Amino acid sequence: MSASDQQQLSLRAQVAYPGFSLDVNREVGLAGVTGLFGPSGGGKSTLLRIIAGLERHAEGHVIFGGERWQDGTSFVPAFQRPVGFVFQDARLFPHLSVEGNLQFAQKRRASDGGIDFDEVVSTMDLKPLLHRHTDALSGGERQRVAIARTLLTNPRLLLLDEPLAALDVGRKREILPYIEALPKRFGIPAIYVSHSVNEMARLADDVIVLEDGRITAVGPATSILNREDLQSSALPFEAVSILEVRVVEHREEQHLTRVDYHGQRITVPMMRAIAEGEIARLSVRAGDVVIATEEPQGLSVRNMLAGNLISIHPEPDSAFATVSVDIEGAVIKAQLTHHAVTELGLKTGMRVFALIKTASFDRNI
Amino acid sequence: MPDLGPLWLSLALAGVTTIILMMVGTPLAWWLSGTSSRFKPAIEAVTALPLVLPPTVLGFYFLIAMGPASPIGSFWIRVTGEALTFSFSGLVVASVFYSLPFMVQPLQNAFESIGRAPLEAAATLRASPLDAFFTVVAPLARRGFITAAVLSFAHTIGEFGVVLMVGGNIPGKTRVISIAIYEHVETLNYGEAHILSAGLIVFAFTVLLFVYTFRRGEPISVR
Repeated sequence: MSASDQQQLSLRAQVAYPGFSLDVNREVGLAGVTGLFGPSGGGKSTLLRIIAGLERHAEGHVIFGGERWQDGTSFVPAFQRPVGFVFQDARLFPHLSVEGNLQFAQKRRASDGGIDFDEVVSTMDLKPLLHRHTDALSGGERQRVAIARTLLTNPRLLLLDEPLAALDVGRKREILPYIEALPKRFGIPAIYVSHSVNEMARLADDVIVLEDGRITAVGPATSILNREDLQSSALPFEAVSILEVRVVEHREEQHLTRVDYHGQRITVPMMRAIAEGEIARLSVRAGDVVIATEEPQGLSVRNMLAGNLISIHPEPDSAFATVSVDIEGAVIKAQLTHHAVTELGLKTGMRVFALIKTASFDRNI
Repeated sequence: MPDLGPLWLSLALAGVTTIILMMVGTPLAWWLSGTSSRFKPAIEAVTALPLVLPPTVLGFYFLIAMGPASPIGSFWIRVTGEALTFSFSGLVVASVFYSLPFMVQPLQNAFESIGRAPLEAAATLRASPLDAFFTVVAPLARRGFITAAVLSFAHTIGEFGVVLMVGGNIPGKTRVISIAIYEHVETLNYGEAHILSAGLIVFAFTVLLFVYTFRRGEPISVR
């Protein structure tokens, strides 16, 4: 997305409870999905609720796209802010059917036009569920309905508060493609709260890091999530690499998708939601990457990417080192033991192969 | 055939009282369910007073407060030309206070169990607070409303002490069913007393059976 699509969010917020304080003063440009990332209890949800107007007692100001939603003297109540909010627990209305929940939102939206009912229903695959009672939905289905319901309000800003946190891995996998497709499909900037580095890697274009109620980093996801200092300090998340790939073809019968990464082919589990020729993002945990010094033969691993070894970072007090390999300008990280690094004689500048199992793309959500 | 006038009068009194209580008790219960005001316990205690006080105490003070010499009573005479004491209107006013806990407590419980989460969801879907109350909270609290209305109605039918103090025993005006029974017993007219008393027992049992069956029923759903 270009800079002209950006919406400025100016945010100053101060909240203090015993044992917790939030103090944020920042202006951020929102385009696509902005990840609000940090450890649990760091104030991410509170910050999101302040933006939505659900925390009346918070002091500060919220200005979005030039509209003043809150400052020292005025407060636009939540129901008058053009935000869509997806709660962790979906919060569907139990007295209404799925269709009733969607109509609740559509009936109340300010302007005509905008996001079409049928389009939302088909994007989120809700047609078979429309007449169901909300009690009869699975966790993943509930979140799909919640997201659809929010879209029908014609929001100018989408706020997602850990929408996957209450779901098991299977359900997460089921719903991620829908969330992934949202920004392109509807062109609404979104703030996505999560403490999962894998969700960040997969969904976020930009990342805001919030720790102990303070913003400690802002920037593109690829560089923030790769930052060594963040990884080793307060946020002990596992190193991941983010690959932006172009989808070449879907192979239905094999349930595989072939993608192109700077001229090298990668095979991943089927990504139906993304059309051939479109850009997709893959994330790989460093622990799932194997390094070889020669092109290996007779291995089951499908994906071998050739590149140059650019750095070796020993992790303090551990058996491991993080090895970065430059592949046509992008970086893939591998977590290897010190022992392996020594035994293979890895040195910066060496030509190596990064091996990634197809299955590790599937697990990585 | 006994005189059924007291029965109709009781039903009218209970009906009017329940309707007024629904309008007064709902906002009060809603406020109590969400407030963290330091006055909350005091308001709750005042609301619950009729549960513990003898009806004669309430009736005595209502009589004084509504008497022609009091500000309220004299105001009422100026506006309507009638005294508030020993009138049907006076009975309604007294009954509203007397049955208040039976409306407020079930509603407050219902609102508290719903919590504020559905309201927040409604707000993010552009529903104003009033809109959200009628389209989300009220349907979710349907059981609470029905229980509260039935209990308020039944309790008003059954009141005696307050009615006697405030309304006396005027046929067609303030002689409700419980007063009529008292009158029949005083005049040793046991046959008629039996008919009305047994009728009230059947009525009360039916009402309570309905409330308890309903409370245990299926989870909240419209379909």
